[in-house]
Amino acid sequence: MNEQVTTVAANERRLTIARAMAEAIAQEMRTDPSVFVMGEDIAKLGGVFGNTRGLLEEFGNERVRDTPISETAFMGAAVGAASDGMRPVVELMFVDFFGVCFDAIYNSAAKNAYFSGGNVKVPMVLMTSTGGGYCDAGQHSQCLYATFAHLPGMKVITPSNAYDAKGLMTSAIRDNNPVIYMFHKGLQGMGWLGTEPGATVHVPEEAYEIPFGKAAIVREGSDVSIVAVGMGVHHSLKAAAKLAEEGVSAEVIDLRTLVPLDRDTVFNSVAKTGRLIVVDEDYKSYGVTGEIIATIAERDVSILKASPQRVAYPDIPIPFTRPMEQFALPNPDKIISAYHNLKRARTWRWL
Amino acid sequence: MEKNSLQEENLTPTKEQKFWMYRNMLVSRFLEESIEQIYLEGKKPVFNMAAGPIPGEMHLSNGQEPCAVGVCAHLQPFDVVTATHRPHHIAVAKGVNLNKMVAEIFGKSTGLSGGRGGHMHIFDADVNFACSGIIGQGMGPAVGAALSRKMQGKEGVGVAFIGEGAVNQGAFHEAMNLAAVWKLPFITIIEDNQWGISVAKSESTAVPDNSVRAQAYGIPGYQVRDNDTYEIFRVAGEAIERARKGGGPSLIEIETYRLAGHFMGDAEGYRPPGELDGLKAKDPINVMRARLGSEEGLTDEQNDRIVAEARATVDAAVNFARESAYPSPEEALEKVFV
Repeated sequence: MNEQVTTVAANERRLTIARAMAEAIAQEMRTDPSVFVMGEDIAKLGGVFGNTRGLLEEFGNERVRDTPISETAFMGAAVGAASDGMRPVVELMFVDFFGVCFDAIYNSAAKNAYFSGGNVKVPMVLMTSTGGGYCDAGQHSQCLYATFAHLPGMKVITPSNAYDAKGLMTSAIRDNNPVIYMFHKGLQGMGWLGTEPGATVHVPEEAYEIPFGKAAIVREGSDVSIVAVGMGVHHSLKAAAKLAEEGVSAEVIDLRTLVPLDRDTVFNSVAKTGRLIVVDEDYKSYGVTGEIIATIAERDVSILKASPQRVAYPDIPIPFTRPMEQFALPNPDKIISAYHNLKRARTWRWL
Repeated sequence: MEKNSLQEENLTPTKEQKFWMYRNMLVSRFLEESIEQIYLEGKKPVFNMAAGPIPGEMHLSNGQEPCAVGVCAHLQPFDVVTATHRPHHIAVAKGVNLNKMVAEIFGKSTGLSGGRGGHMHIFDADVNFACSGIIGQGMGPAVGAALSRKMQGKEGVGVAFIGEGAVNQGAFHEAMNLAAVWKLPFITIIEDNQWGISVAKSESTAVPDNSVRAQAYGIPGYQVRDNDTYEIFRVAGEAIERARKGGGPSLIEIETYRLAGHFMGDAEGYRPPGELDGLKAKDPINVMRARLGSEEGLTDEQNDRIVAEARATVDAAVNFARESAYPSPEEALEKVFV
């Protein structure tokens, strides 16, 4: 028994999301010469959030390219290179910067396959940092998941841990469509960003894919379904642990990818528990939380025992000062409150 | 309509190249004239953009043919071109499949994308042609194609056609700088037709000659005056050859003429009186015809035959489009992902 435990520990490779992303990119670059990386400060610096560290040293500056601060140009160039047989992995340092290059993303990358009747493929990965919680104010802390997920033609993925981060990156690079890879800064494993330890997990050394559109049930339960992405998954797990102390059995679902969205897993879970809480660090209105609730309402509202609850970012720009930002962010306590609200809410009877 | 393979001396067109350019100008013009007629079907007496066999916006390229043929005479199918919302002349010169292109303009199932794109979204992967409806949008992708060729060590240049209005877009500046700093095989062709819809170049642009902007990127810049097909051929030949040899990007601004409105239905009240007549008197197709007469001895009889062939090519494409079926509506749900 003890011997077994030791063996497992010896084989364990606990990586941060940053390292897992870099490892996936490096492995794909070794086997596929069409894969290259470009963006701001991704070469010598290894990426502001560490996810391209080591790539310049291994692959050189032809395939690992620092760009000028010209997101419009290099995002457009990624579209052009991807349409010409390359597989660019391009970094938008903060998702908040999308405003200076969105045309290339949603009007070109996302639509060229459609406009060409499938004759032009745009296999590019746009990796971008999301999320706040460290007082970086309203132009460096947003999530904007729904902004990308709303527009057709892009796959949108949101890993919550290093295992998923690697597998989803491998799948993203091999995918023939534009993939928006949204990593949360607070999960990245950069010490200076107040990292969530739960994101640093065992990551196999060999390359592997995680299929898009497959949510993970990260904790099983029977009383309530908590659906989340990215940082919200960790909040939800903490809330579920506390709820267990109250005798409540919470199921936690990590969506992992927003496009495609695994509606079946969500539906089946809610069919089992009858109660739904959706957690999202993106703005509340017109977003992921509404989409998940609509999924249930549209398919069969009678599976709900109570009105669903959502824990999301209020519809305000992200404030700088710590007390205001922390007030606005989702956290485990808000999820627990949401559960209590849900229990207080009128219970429906379907006859 | 085969054109000559690349020559070492690209500065003066050969006889074959002259005729290649002339034929393509004719096909392009006849295509626009046919579209102009068909576009109005169902749109009279009340103009309704959504009606008729060719609905939607329509930007015709009458008069701008020299830009297309003078540049594309030096290009091969493997070279990459991005064009504008006014794309037909460039598509013709780049060798886009005419039947499929016209079918696309009609929104038919046999179109290049089966009707999903239409006239502003013509993609022909076989000849590496794409265009878009957003000003300056093709700059980045053409630079990216040039980057791709350089990285792969594969033959081919990236050429972005834009209008003079697009040089005031951030995309222009960013892409020019990126192409220059990475020394990519990239050429920008500015079709300066003097008008950004109704706003004159002089009212929108701080410098009268955009070729001076090349200095900002440390690359060669050219200006071609008066829609001169041969001069376009000459400078494009020089720029494309330099790009092929690893000499980096160039910028060419061509003073061209828009003999039609910005889009069909444009009353063109903003044009000074007499401007259009003056431009029509310098119709580049007539100029080319006259040059071929004096330089290559083109007779009326030969010309009639060339004209008839070009017309037949267009008519065949239009018939193909007319006779093709519409896609089934639910096909709209396909090809979002590939």
